[in-house]
Amino acid sequence: MVDAPETSVVVPPRRGRGQSILPVLRRMAAMPLKDPFAFMGLLIYAQFVAVALFADQLAPVDPLEILFTQAGKVAANVAPGAEFPLGTTNLGRDIYAQLVHGTRSALAVGLSAAIIVATVGTVVGLVAGYFGGTIDAVLMRIADMALSLPFLPFVIVLTGFLGASTSNIVLAVTLLLWPNSARVIRSQVLSLRERAYIEAARVTGASHRRILFVHIAPNILPLSFVYAAIAIGWAIITEASVNFLGFGDPTSVSWGMMLQDAFTSQALSRGQYAWFVPPGICIILVVVAGFFISRGYEEVFMPRLRGR
Amino acid sequence: MILEVDGLQIHYHTAGGTVRAVDGASFAIPEGRIVGLVGESGCGKTTAVRAIMGVLAENGRRAGGRVTFKGKPIDEATTKPLLWRDIAYVPQSAMSSLDPVYTVGTQIVEVLTKRGRHGRAAARARAAELFDLVGLSESRLGDYPHQFSGGMRQRAAIAMALALEPSLLLADEPVTALDVIVQRQILDTLRALQQRLKLSMVLVTHDISVVAYLCDEVVVMYAGQVIESGPVREVLGRPRHPYTMGLRNAFPDLMSDALELVPIAGSPPDLGDPPPGCRFTPRCPFALASCSTQAAAIGSRQDRAHVSACLRDGEADHLRTSALDPVTWQRSSAYATS
Amino acid sequence: MAALVSVRDVVKHFPVARSLGEVVRRERPVVRALDGVSFDVGAGDAVAIVGESGCGKTTLGRLMLKLVEPTTGSITFDGSALGGLKGPALGAFRRQAQLVFQNPFDALNPRFTIYRAVAEPLVNAGIPEAEHADRIAAAFRRVHLPDLDRYLDKYPHQLSGGQLQRVVLARALVLAPRFLVADEPVSMLDVSVRAGILALMREVRDAMGLTAIYISHDLALVRYLCDRTLVMYLGTIVEDGPTGEIVRRPRHPYTQALVAAVPVPDPDQSRAPLPIKGNVPDAREPPSGCRFRDRCPHAFARCTDEPPPLRALADGHRVACHLEIN
Repeated sequence: MVDAPETSVVVPPRRGRGQSILPVLRRMAAMPLKDPFAFMGLLIYAQFVAVALFADQLAPVDPLEILFTQAGKVAANVAPGAEFPLGTTNLGRDIYAQLVHGTRSALAVGLSAAIIVATVGTVVGLVAGYFGGTIDAVLMRIADMALSLPFLPFVIVLTGFLGASTSNIVLAVTLLLWPNSARVIRSQVLSLRERAYIEAARVTGASHRRILFVHIAPNILPLSFVYAAIAIGWAIITEASVNFLGFGDPTSVSWGMMLQDAFTSQALSRGQYAWFVPPGICIILVVVAGFFISRGYEEVFMPRLRGR
Repeated sequence: MILEVDGLQIHYHTAGGTVRAVDGASFAIPEGRIVGLVGESGCGKTTAVRAIMGVLAENGRRAGGRVTFKGKPIDEATTKPLLWRDIAYVPQSAMSSLDPVYTVGTQIVEVLTKRGRHGRAAARARAAELFDLVGLSESRLGDYPHQFSGGMRQRAAIAMALALEPSLLLADEPVTALDVIVQRQILDTLRALQQRLKLSMVLVTHDISVVAYLCDEVVVMYAGQVIESGPVREVLGRPRHPYTMGLRNAFPDLMSDALELVPIAGSPPDLGDPPPGCRFTPRCPFALASCSTQAAAIGSRQDRAHVSACLRDGEADHLRTSALDPVTWQRSSAYATS
Repeated sequence: MAALVSVRDVVKHFPVARSLGEVVRRERPVVRALDGVSFDVGAGDAVAIVGESGCGKTTLGRLMLKLVEPTTGSITFDGSALGGLKGPALGAFRRQAQLVFQNPFDALNPRFTIYRAVAEPLVNAGIPEAEHADRIAAAFRRVHLPDLDRYLDKYPHQLSGGQLQRVVLARALVLAPRFLVADEPVSMLDVSVRAGILALMREVRDAMGLTAIYISHDLALVRYLCDRTLVMYLGTIVEDGPTGEIVRRPRHPYTQALVAAVPVPDPDQSRAPLPIKGNVPDAREPPSGCRFRDRCPHAFARCTDEPPPLRALADGHRVACHLEIN
């Protein structure tokens, strides 16, 4: 066969051709445009984030301040109206202000839990899946132990020991949620590890670190995202449950606390729906939004789930 | 002719447009013979066979042509009752088409009782018979597919296909993934079965050596069309179509001392947008100007057993001699642009 | 001349999942993927390793590239034992020994552009980025893809199998290695594309003076590429000699069956029954003595008692069989 003639074309050095993460990010950004539910979920999230950011402007009242009427009495159980859009609690606190400021607490809990769960889960999954052997065995045993603990009782016990604060709730939630993402990521890594191009990376001299971060991690990150989105919902519901059961920090402003207050002051019997229905709806909205977003990303990154 | 396919057209509707996977294929299967349907991946051979069986993917449609089985026309609606009973199909990777959750014996018995209306006891006896027929030990009827080796699973799949005594067996790449010794054993089994049961067989494969070993006749497909067909000795020994000539060159012969492999430059055309005229033109060293606008129709088999779809069919002998020279293959336009 | 690659008594066992009974009895069943393999490869040689699935050829290829470690035995490359290589020495080895994969679609990271994929060995070897472009261009010229701009920014799924395999080959050549292992390089390619890749591999090997190992189950292909062939069965070498001889006058009964089983494009080929019985035995419990004895038409008492050593015949041809070979 005739050798192709030597070309004297000078190929200019191309820096950073084909960033492997860019198309992934682009796909992630484009997803909501295709999935109407995920789009709605993102809108809902965006709204809550906006409310959290502008809480002080939206509700300039201190949610824990006991308010008094003109006559000097406690403005307790005032019906919703012009002055108090959602009325007041039995201690004269503005429900609307509590709802708005509670958003911050909810998002803080949700996001911090999500970030920690995603990080821990991803790192553990990567390490266990890639290195295998004893490390894998040890990590997975720990994961199994965490999975075997009953959720809410554990959170309650932990906050009992460490003290009833929001950060302890977050800690408890993350301790229990990281195994799920770790296991799924680990199994992804296990299957990726066997791919020919990973072997190719080894043969061409790539170090373990390079293989993990450059070749494997980009395929894993979308999964981390999915689990982060799931974690937000779980964390918020758990915090609400713990608070509702009375094991939370009574000085915190949160939707869960609102539900607790409403319950213990028998708001239902008074027909004070404006007190406990709004926080309940907010919790549901945030969790459902998180679910649809994670579903949307699941479809993108694990397309076997797509209907034929 | 037990099976006749005339001008078959199968289209797949995909997100990227309509793919004309089979675009006017015509061939016929004589009764009691083994016919090889050969071509590279994407040529439409698997699609054609699936269409005959009525097991196309959801987005596939028969867009034209006729299929006649034992003189009666068949289409997707009418094939269903024929499945298993008169036409049997061994799909590609039949080994993975066995249900891993049930024993092989159970699966064969199920075919026999559900579609064959055998009683359970008679079915079990027949299953044992079938295993014997394909060279498997009866004691393995109670095993699960994962306990079988690749070759044995293939035999089991063939046994299942033969359960209801079909007259026609369509086998899609039955030996492709198997080791060469096992492959030879399966091919020998297929031949023995064909002789014993007087079966007609269509063997779909990309390997012309397998066709040379097992088949009586061969149909060559390229880019969704049949470009040559005839008795095996004729088509492989004295090919008339340039593609077949090139294909012959591309298979190193174990026994020959010649150490030249002559590749065919280029690759098959995109079937979403097939070019007019003969589809092999860019890769053909003998292409004329008219080849890219006008495709030759494949001759009718009434007149001659060995037919080919080439405008230069008359000069076939001369072209064949020329095709033996590696330098000839550098004349195609695909080679020039590669 | 000293061998470039030397394999000595290499054994590789893989542990197998145990049944409860085996756990209780403290048995550790293993798959004996390789059981005592020894051979030398001289610089510039083209050696084929042939056998059916389960014979250990793929494992052997991986061992020779230090992708897997042997259970016992040693492999030496250019005088240094692979087992002891670490750090810079290991890096140096990796630059000299490369692998061409079976599945071109899987051998390239689907998220990387072709440029990035071919540049990977250069990055790992610490070659300054200014030199990358020239080296990549040279590698592409070698594999007859001179039209670089057409490929460099594309992703693997946009290329055909034949083009991808050329890219895989370019990646393997970009560091100008001395030693190349090709594992079934064309088995997943279309028939009409194979010949082109095979011709290319032969040409590249000649042009660069590579020492090459071709792993394949296809004897016909191997005949085209290699002067010497090792035939393996169940983890051992049964025959080792010039390819032409192996094909025309196979000495070992397994090779005889193998050669007889390969179909050829000739409609008048022989259809005589193969001189072999039964099926491949379980790799966890191979037959005692000669591993081929339960399928061999000529087996006799001695075959059960002692495994036949790989013995050299007159022309350097080695056979592992107790039969008197004339």
